[in-house]
Amino acid sequence: MEIILAILVGVQYTAGVYMLLRRSILKFIIGIIFMSNATNLLVFLSAGITSGSPAFLGESAERTDELADPLPQALVLTAVVIGLGILVFILALKFKFFSVTGTDDLDQLKSTEE
Amino acid sequence: MNSIILQIASRYVRWLLLIFAVIALLRGHNYPGGGFIGGLLAGLSIVFEGFAYSPRYALDKLKFSPAGFIATGLILIMASFLPGVLTGGKLMTGTWVSLPFLFDWEVKLGTPLLFDTGIFFAVTGVTLLFFFSLKQDKQWK
Amino acid sequence: MQRVLLIYLLFAPALLWLPERIKKQRALLFALVQLGVFAYFITRIPLLSEVPLIREVTQWIPGIGLDLEFTLDGLSMIFSLLISGIGALVFLYARAYMKNYRNTGRFYFFLFLFSGAMLGLVLSGNLIQLFIFWELTTFLSFMLINFFHEKEASRNAAFQSLFITGFGGLSLLTGIILLGKVVDSYSVSEWILRASEIRESPAYLPGLILILIGVMTKSAQFPFHFWLPGAMEAPAPVSSYLHSATMVKAGFFLLARLNPVLGGTTEWTFIIPLVGVVTMLTGSYFAITRTDLKSILAYTTINALGILILLMGIDTKLSVKAALLFLFVHAFYKASLFMIAGMIEKKTGTREIGLLGGLVRYMPFTFLITVLVAFSMAGLPPMLGFLGKELIYEAKVQLPGIGALILVLGVVSNVLMVAVSLLFIYRIFLGKGDSMPRIPDEKGFLLLLGPGILALLSLFLGLFPGLLGSTLVQSALAVVHAEGVEVKLKLWHGFNEVFMLSVMTVVLGVGLFLLMLRKKVIQERWNNLNQRIFYIQLTRVFTAALDQFVRFSERKTRVLQHGYHRYYILTIILFAALLIWLQIFVTRGWVIETGFSLQPFYISGLVLLIILSTIFSAVSNSRLTSIIALGVSGYGISLIYLYYSAIDLAITQILVETLIVVMFVLVLQRLPRFARLSSRLTKIRDLAVALIFGSVMTLLALKAIRLEFSAPISDFFLTNSYSGAFGRNVVNVILVDFRALDTLGEVVVLTVSAFGVSMLLRKNNSEK
Repeated sequence: MEIILAILVGVQYTAGVYMLLRRSILKFIIGIIFMSNATNLLVFLSAGITSGSPAFLGESAERTDELADPLPQALVLTAVVIGLGILVFILALKFKFFSVTGTDDLDQLKSTEE
Repeated sequence: MNSIILQIASRYVRWLLLIFAVIALLRGHNYPGGGFIGGLLAGLSIVFEGFAYSPRYALDKLKFSPAGFIATGLILIMASFLPGVLTGGKLMTGTWVSLPFLFDWEVKLGTPLLFDTGIFFAVTGVTLLFFFSLKQDKQWK
Repeated sequence: MQRVLLIYLLFAPALLWLPERIKKQRALLFALVQLGVFAYFITRIPLLSEVPLIREVTQWIPGIGLDLEFTLDGLSMIFSLLISGIGALVFLYARAYMKNYRNTGRFYFFLFLFSGAMLGLVLSGNLIQLFIFWELTTFLSFMLINFFHEKEASRNAAFQSLFITGFGGLSLLTGIILLGKVVDSYSVSEWILRASEIRESPAYLPGLILILIGVMTKSAQFPFHFWLPGAMEAPAPVSSYLHSATMVKAGFFLLARLNPVLGGTTEWTFIIPLVGVVTMLTGSYFAITRTDLKSILAYTTINALGILILLMGIDTKLSVKAALLFLFVHAFYKASLFMIAGMIEKKTGTREIGLLGGLVRYMPFTFLITVLVAFSMAGLPPMLGFLGKELIYEAKVQLPGIGALILVLGVVSNVLMVAVSLLFIYRIFLGKGDSMPRIPDEKGFLLLLGPGILALLSLFLGLFPGLLGSTLVQSALAVVHAEGVEVKLKLWHGFNEVFMLSVMTVVLGVGLFLLMLRKKVIQERWNNLNQRIFYIQLTRVFTAALDQFVRFSERKTRVLQHGYHRYYILTIILFAALLIWLQIFVTRGWVIETGFSLQPFYISGLVLLIILSTIFSAVSNSRLTSIIALGVSGYGISLIYLYYSAIDLAITQILVETLIVVMFVLVLQRLPRFARLSSRLTKIRDLAVALIFGSVMTLLALKAIRLEFSAPISDFFLTNSYSGAFGRNVVNVILVDFRALDTLGEVVVLTVSAFGVSMLLRKNNSEK
């Protein structure tokens, strides 16, 4: 299964980079989402994956070895929420950019002068 | 988007989401849930209302500005650091008290719960601020 | 000693906030402090004859073996006395000189700090520490030259001196580190102990040259000398203090300090005298044709610095002795000459020597003082300068072989100096002077005090040189040349070849003076000739080179910083991907340890769905479709999280994904449709780059699964989650307890982002 998930990571990265290289800012933002999804998945994968045994301690509060690794989960959880914050900020920037310049073309961002 | 169905639905869904959010927050230490999830849910409940009526309506009904939520959250987070210091530990040391509750139950209250509540409020506030900032527009009256 | 330095550090800022009433007397206060420090050092002199050096060490950065080390020995004593003594006089002078300028507070502040930095430099027993003080003096010199920063010439001169001495400072630091690595210490005493090790290491020559570049820039040696005449833009107290008596001697000081370590080798005795001789000749040659008072003095300073470096390079006992004596000689006469030049400029309103003349009628005392110190500069008896020159000749006469050439060149230089001195006196004070902008007077006791004291010192010590020789010079000489030598200084040496040389110098010098006086044409022709031969002005070369460099950077920047956002990303991603590919290729003997299976099928199906929706989102031409497909792939990923035991994560991802879609939809309505902006070819190129990157990330993901560098920290979390933090949900416990600081950071990021969004869009609101 890891191979398939790794391929998924690759596909997400490919799509992300492809979108990053577009001139349209909206596509660029979508590219960022793909990139962050792919990175989250990569971090999640790198700890090894276990199905069906989440990192919850039972009544005995004894740890068992089959539990999934909680650390990457916590890390990715943080990353997901921060990703949201960054994304909305970029969206707002993009929105402002469009309402000021009236263009969606990144190449128009080339010069800083009016 | 003044849909009657949505508006009526939102009256109930809103409360459902809110209750669910609080449960998620309180259970978070032992079961799935926590401040982030709770905060996002609470935020979504108000976003939902904003969609159903109008952002202005939702904001007025809130009686509490999104920035206020964030501030409350941050203050709670800061407050949760203090007991650890006061009891002689390092900053952010978790401190717990157990209170005997009705019957046999025992409720454990600790600074992590306070911290999580802080996150809850902050995330709710952030979500709302995002929403209302992006949403302020003429055509959505 | 450290307390003395602390005084400087504390007093300088403290005196900035003096009450208004005392503020006017600020210069006097500074002078008093300097005088106190001077007295302090005087009281240490007897101590020095008993112990070779007084040392104070404070731990600074013990981790890398760096201590604050202050040593007071014969050499630093000489310099400390000069710095504090002349410092006191300069402050007194400055009180009168700077009276009518604005911002004098700043001026005194920098000047006072400079004294402290210079003292710190000469007292440093650690070379890194010495370097810091060295750079501090460079910086303060910049600030002081820049005092009249409204004038463009000042700014340029200040920048030039900063650039050159700063460059030298960096070179010095490199040299120090290079040699410090050999003995693994930056302490001078350690270096001296293990001098032979340093001298024999292969790093010796490069280290010596690097340090030498630092010395040459600081002490204005050819070909770096040109910043010094430029630095004459500074007010006169600065010129007389920094650019004649103290700072420019720092290079010489460093050479003397390091002589026991680096000296005595063929390289030392070959390179350094060469530099010195060239500088000496350059200085005296240009001094004679200049017409600006301070410029003349600047070039004679260059000449003197050349002599000092030359003597240190010859590196015999006699030459070092001569150098140490000449240090005093020069400090005395040059500091007072600069003060006099400043005074004349102040009183008459000009520094052009052609406009001046006949000042003796208005300024008799000044004339007297000038005659005394100019005689010292020319090396005429009975001044201290005569003694200095005699000793220099003596040192040169005893040189074998090539020494004869140095002697001849030295005589030539001194002949020029005699002529310059006489011309200086004659042109200013005698002759006719009817074109002066103002008729001068001699008011201002403080203006004359400094030069007067220094002139009397020159005369007094010239008559009784033993006072200087037996104590100061001798103990300093012992520092530079370890063997004990008795230094006896006498004014009259008897009729020997040295005396004959002196007579010859004076006769030739006077002859040259008379010649130039009689026939004004000579000077003009000489000047013209100079301009034809030396049409390359180093200042101009410097400026032009700098301009070229800036232009080059501009051109380079225009090529590299094209401003196209996509191409930056393209470059970064392509480069990163190729690097990782290279690494994977290098370590290619690596097997994927995971078996390939499609089990369970519903996950395989889910992955397929995600892949399809991702691709669909990327190629779709409709914004809404694109975003919905994006949402689908996000939800799909959250299901994957859910299946692989990350429940909290899955819930969060679902909620966030929902919010993302909501936000997009909110903004979307007010944004334009996708435009077709790229050609097919560009798309194929981008796809290729994306595939290169994506494939490498796939491999990386596979490799990462099996990689384990150290025991996972999660074990700790799992073990302690309930017992330590009373939580069964380990992920949540990590977030709110174990790694609460991370979470706090995250919340802060979110807050900043939220307020950022709010601010960005608020303006829209007010426009309504």
